[in-house]
Amino acid sequence: MDRFFIFLIAGWSGFFVMAIELLSGRILAPNFGNSIHVWGGVITVFMLALALGYLLGGRWSLYDPSLRRLALILIAGAAAAIPVMLLGDPVLDWVFDLIQDPRYGSLLSATLLFFIPTTLAGMVSPYAVRLLVDQSQLSGHLAGLLYFCSTFGSAAGTLLTSFYLVLYFEINQILTGLIGISLLLGLLTIFPGNSKNASRQSV
Amino acid sequence: MRQGNRFKTLLALLASFMTTPSTAMNIIHTEKSLYRNILVYEEDEQRCMSFTRHNRTARQSCQSLDEPDQFVFSYTKMMMGALYLNPHPRNILIVGLGGGVLPTALSRMFPDAGIDVVEIDPAVVKVARQFFGFNPNPNVRVFEEDGRVFVKRAGKSSQRYELIMLDAFDHEYIPEHLLTREFLLEVKTLLTADGVLAANTFSSSRLYHHESTTYQSVFGLFYNLRVELKNRVVLAKMDGLPLRDAIERNANLLEEKLKLLGFGGDWLMPLFSTDRDWNPDARVLTDQYSPSNLLNSAF
Repeated sequence: MDRFFIFLIAGWSGFFVMAIELLSGRILAPNFGNSIHVWGGVITVFMLALALGYLLGGRWSLYDPSLRRLALILIAGAAAAIPVMLLGDPVLDWVFDLIQDPRYGSLLSATLLFFIPTTLAGMVSPYAVRLLVDQSQLSGHLAGLLYFCSTFGSAAGTLLTSFYLVLYFEINQILTGLIGISLLLGLLTIFPGNSKNASRQSV
Repeated sequence: MRQGNRFKTLLALLASFMTTPSTAMNIIHTEKSLYRNILVYEEDEQRCMSFTRHNRTARQSCQSLDEPDQFVFSYTKMMMGALYLNPHPRNILIVGLGGGVLPTALSRMFPDAGIDVVEIDPAVVKVARQFFGFNPNPNVRVFEEDGRVFVKRAGKSSQRYELIMLDAFDHEYIPEHLLTREFLLEVKTLLTADGVLAANTFSSSRLYHHESTTYQSVFGLFYNLRVELKNRVVLAKMDGLPLRDAIERNANLLEEKLKLLGFGGDWLMPLFSTDRDWNPDARVLTDQYSPSNLLNSAF
């Protein structure tokens, strides 16, 4: 059951990141256009944030890792995405007035709005690997399975968002849904007594 | 033997490539830009700019080789219908350059008018200058940037225009952030109190309905010019649509100038319609909801 939640969280986290990344292009377009350099800025910020997240997630897994804490990372990532909806417009307008060049404007805006939630999402995978692996023999196999889930989730998030979700919903409705599912999944993981099993397993 | 056969097949293949797709199409220039492949070709006494090789109906801009001043496309003629709402604009903004047909004609008609053109793709500007006689000068300025960014910035300064022409879409791809209620509101702040908007838009897909309600939500009543099913131009005026006799007066005033472009009031006047032939419940496009390309596809 624990493993199921670990893989589910990794897959969902992949979905979440790519859905947000696609929407971020939409969110920046009214102020900075959607030229190739705007996408360049967005992708750079997401890659850097994920890189830092991998580092931090792996590091944090050294200290008393548990499924409960993995769920907390997921919840924190969702919470960190809330300001995108609440503060998005004022932040974008502020940057628009501050920086003339849309390249650096989009880079700074993407950093301010998306860096923290994406860093937290990046922490999920290495932390999850730590929870899964108890024998070094199986580490590659389990890491492979986990990357499969996470990247498959990313593919699903990209496709569903760009093909269908934007056709039926507003950006903020999609964001609300994404954040809501993350919170729900995090809470479901924590509450039905999974936390005890998780710490037992990981010790 | 086998090699000989293969050679023959190859020759046949080459021959079919050279004959079937274009009997008299003469490609004179190709250019890869960040955004697209630009193709300049000559065919049927016309020089055209196209953004794709496969679909020749997606011509961006064409110029008659014998009479380069004459307009070839009905949509550019309809865009000039904006002058029936204001026959002498002094400041003009054009979003989307193409071959530069509109700014070239307008600067010839109104040599003293200040014309600003925004074009995102530097390669399009280059090709327009090199192959379509587009000629920027102190009165005709080109800004190589995103239309939305230009409009937003211009709105924050005190820049105002008496005529704004939106011509940034083609049938293959729509910059979705240039087809939302918020963008049109930003455009509206750039118009003078009696300013005129002309927009080249779509009419052949279900996007037509969404686009219509979006323009209506920002500009209220507008003239809806449609011809040949796929061409449609929206004309709106800040202080309300002028009545038919005012338009006819302007049409007479402009008749000689427009004749130089190859058309006149007898062609343009009957197209002025305020009929609402769209679904009024179609969802308005906004920055939050703008799947224009999906709505424009056939599904």
